[in-house]
Amino acid sequence: MKFAVIVFPGSNCDLDMYNAVVDVLGEDVDYVWHTATDLSAYDGILVPGGFSYGDYLRCGAIAQLAPVMTEVRKAADEGKFVLGVCNGFQVLTEAGLLPGALIRNNSLKFRCHPVGLRVENANTAFTGDYEQGEVVTIPIAHGEGNYYCDEETLASLKANGQIVFTYDGLNPNGSVGNIAGISNEAGNVVGMMPHPERAVSELLGSADGAKMFTSVLNAWRERNGAASTR
Amino acid sequence: MAQQAPAKEPTVEQIAEQKIYKQFGVSDSEFELICGFLGRQPNYTEIGVFSVMWSEHCAYKNSKPLLRRFPTSGPRVLMGPGEGAGIVDIGDKQAVVFKIESHNHPSAVEPYQGAATGVGGIVRDIFSMGSRPIALLNSLRFGKLESDRVKYLFEHVVSGIAGYGNCIGIPTVAGEVMFDEAYEGNPLVNAMCVGLIDHDKIQRGVAKGVGNPVFYVGPATGRDGIHGATFASEDLTAESEAKRSAVQVGDPFMEKLVMEATLELIDSGIVLGIQDMGAAGLTCSSAEMASKAGNGMELYLDEVPQREEGMTAYEMMLSESQERMLFVTEPQHEAQAKAIFERWGLHCAKVGKVTDDGRLRLFHKGEQVADMPVKALVDDCPVYNKPSKVPDYYLKNGSIDTNRYEQMLDLTDSLKKVLGSPSLASKEWVYSQYDYQVRTSTAVVPGSDAAVVAIRGTRKALAMTTDCNGRYVYLDPEVGGRIAVAEAARNIVCSGGEPLAITDNLNFGSPEKPEVFWQMEKSVDGMAEACRFLETPVIGGNVSLYNENAKGAIYPTPVVGMVGLITDIDHITTQEFKAEGDVIFLLGETKAEIGGSEFQYAVHGLTEGRPPVIDLAVEKALHGAVLGAIRQGLVASAHDLSEGGLAAAVAESTFGRGLGAKVDFTTNLRPDLALFSESQSRILLSAKPESAAALEAWLSEQGVPAQKLGVVGGDELVIAVNGHTAIQAPVNEFRTEWKEAIPCRMK
Repeated sequence: MKFAVIVFPGSNCDLDMYNAVVDVLGEDVDYVWHTATDLSAYDGILVPGGFSYGDYLRCGAIAQLAPVMTEVRKAADEGKFVLGVCNGFQVLTEAGLLPGALIRNNSLKFRCHPVGLRVENANTAFTGDYEQGEVVTIPIAHGEGNYYCDEETLASLKANGQIVFTYDGLNPNGSVGNIAGISNEAGNVVGMMPHPERAVSELLGSADGAKMFTSVLNAWRERNGAASTR
Repeated sequence: MAQQAPAKEPTVEQIAEQKIYKQFGVSDSEFELICGFLGRQPNYTEIGVFSVMWSEHCAYKNSKPLLRRFPTSGPRVLMGPGEGAGIVDIGDKQAVVFKIESHNHPSAVEPYQGAATGVGGIVRDIFSMGSRPIALLNSLRFGKLESDRVKYLFEHVVSGIAGYGNCIGIPTVAGEVMFDEAYEGNPLVNAMCVGLIDHDKIQRGVAKGVGNPVFYVGPATGRDGIHGATFASEDLTAESEAKRSAVQVGDPFMEKLVMEATLELIDSGIVLGIQDMGAAGLTCSSAEMASKAGNGMELYLDEVPQREEGMTAYEMMLSESQERMLFVTEPQHEAQAKAIFERWGLHCAKVGKVTDDGRLRLFHKGEQVADMPVKALVDDCPVYNKPSKVPDYYLKNGSIDTNRYEQMLDLTDSLKKVLGSPSLASKEWVYSQYDYQVRTSTAVVPGSDAAVVAIRGTRKALAMTTDCNGRYVYLDPEVGGRIAVAEAARNIVCSGGEPLAITDNLNFGSPEKPEVFWQMEKSVDGMAEACRFLETPVIGGNVSLYNENAKGAIYPTPVVGMVGLITDIDHITTQEFKAEGDVIFLLGETKAEIGGSEFQYAVHGLTEGRPPVIDLAVEKALHGAVLGAIRQGLVASAHDLSEGGLAAAVAESTFGRGLGAKVDFTTNLRPDLALFSESQSRILLSAKPESAAALEAWLSEQGVPAQKLGVVGGDELVIAVNGHTAIQAPVNEFRTEWKEAIPCRMK
């Protein structure tokens, strides 16, 4: 499986995402510049965290206009696996690939600490290796991670099983329905505020995020008929 | 010589006759010297350039004689003071680069931008050496956490550090924050950056090769930060607020781009010399780069990217607009350099040329507007040996008996008071605003003795910390200076590392006052002695003087930033107790030493007497023994005893996992003094029951006094003295006091 880690000016978790793919999966991974116009070589698209374009104007608002995003939309439409983490989640909502928006934390402060996450849907491409309802520990680091959508959207997210992760216990940012991560209707595009790429080794305090990566590799293998490692 | 004549700029004659130079902090005798070096009177641009180059901030004119007392070399030191940052070998052709710098004055008037640009400046110092920044630390001081003004400064300094560090993607992994009336109106904001570099990538800020072009990269120059270096070299007064324009505005997104592009440029191998534009902006970077190569430089100011219209030569040279770099390459590499910057969306402008005449010449609008000898600017600032006098307060404190206080009987309450004192309380409110995990290498997060950052692709890791107890230094500068270094080293050792070297930030009041100069002198002597003894040379640092206002000077606060090498990640050790049944040991000797302690301050409301004494030989033996025990795998947890003494150290060790402890301390001291004494050279260890005997044997073999105190377990903290329970309550009660102290005050 071949991964692309998208790099916008101001991305800063690109390195971490890249290393997570190498360390957890040992699969091919490339940094792909924001100006790229062809993602056809990639099976998985990872949109990392950071402060793309300085988060000026609005988080993700400028990044969604970058040339590469046309290709990311195309890849999502083709059913390729797309994951946006933190700023990457903000970019995917701004790009319309995921519903809703991320607004300022209700504490009005940046927050960085581990959180408990409940796996609400273990059937997406990125969560297949988790148990439904399992609680895992993955860190957050954001100032604008307060997920917001209107009631109608929330109802359809629930009805379609698009809520992937919720905060277990304390909600760190005031998000609607304690939402920490969601998917699109098809389940191939996932966005989340917590950082699974920061939780891939006990040395870093938790390895609970590793299954995000093994899940997508297994989903890809199943789709392509290769032997699953599960 | 041609004169530039903007409407408001004073003429050469007016500068001399009206002594306009005095506004820039240039004295009459210095003005005479400048006239001598020039062979004539300076014009407005020239006096501006001289005044910043000859400010304390750039020239260290009041502190140089003291800085020479520091040991600056050692077998591992690859680069000592003088460049952007010092460099220390860590084996495998890798090295660690680090430096600390202050942004005290700007933060006092504009806390968010003051702190943010402090971070930006120190990060540039690190990457301009060719090094990848991997961690940020800080050391902060504020007044008592009660007034609205102090809370405002605290809140915005923290958010400025967070705003900048989080955006550029460098984890802020450690720091210290203390609160005391002595810093009311004069907060201290010291930022430290640590970077990694391969030996063959090390850069220097030199303008090599006569005829080579000089390039400017980064955002356009504006009128912000003009005279920032001079501003930082004066006392804060009522008018300081009006000097808000001397505070720069940071753009971390721009810095991230400049950093990535610069590292890529250096990696390409075409850079001959590079330096960031920090204090005194274009002036300092151009003069220093020319000076280090023994060359001169011409700058064509019309080519300098400008953000505002009608900027004068004076304004361009003195602007401290942020995120700018100056570099020299060979003419044939110009296109390659430009292509790298363009890829990152940055503009790179050719603004000058290296010359052989040893002069800094500035051209603007077709005329030469300044012509100054580089050597005079960089090397010839007069150095002052200020008079020194023992302060009355120091003599008085010598006869104060700090054991005279009435004995405290409810020590559970005393411990809660100490743990709830904002200086000692949990700093989670602070560090949860910092991204301390980006780059996914942070193995020990903020809150333990030192932070630990793993080095990818190796078994190695770096331990890092900032330390200084200003109360100790105030009460006895020489002893306090020794303790600052020793405590930093103890923190590194408790984390499993071998102390390598230090960077220091000397924060003091006005050196014009003989009593302040005495504090500087004595604390430098104390630090230098400890550095020699513990083999941790000073590889760079910063001096911040004039930290005073109408109420007086701050406590002398020579902050130590230390980095240590952990040779194997298996040696990484943290302070929290790990498991039920683990055996707790206290290493070192406890004396009745309450002077300058948190107990004295939080319980008795005083800071007086003499600080704890320190014997560096005992300290060094302790480090060797503990590091040896850790490397043999005998240690489950290690925690340095510092503020709050034994009682606080045991309590803090229970907080991490909420595991209680039951200990009994055998001593001939009064219980309150025994439990809260801040005697130096003490460490609390815990060990698995099966390792306890081996640990005891090892410590005894090493000649380190150790007392078995008790065991980890339960959910209560029980501390007895000579068999009598002195402190007892659920861990949660103590933890709540400690955890909520700052959030409660900040609501």
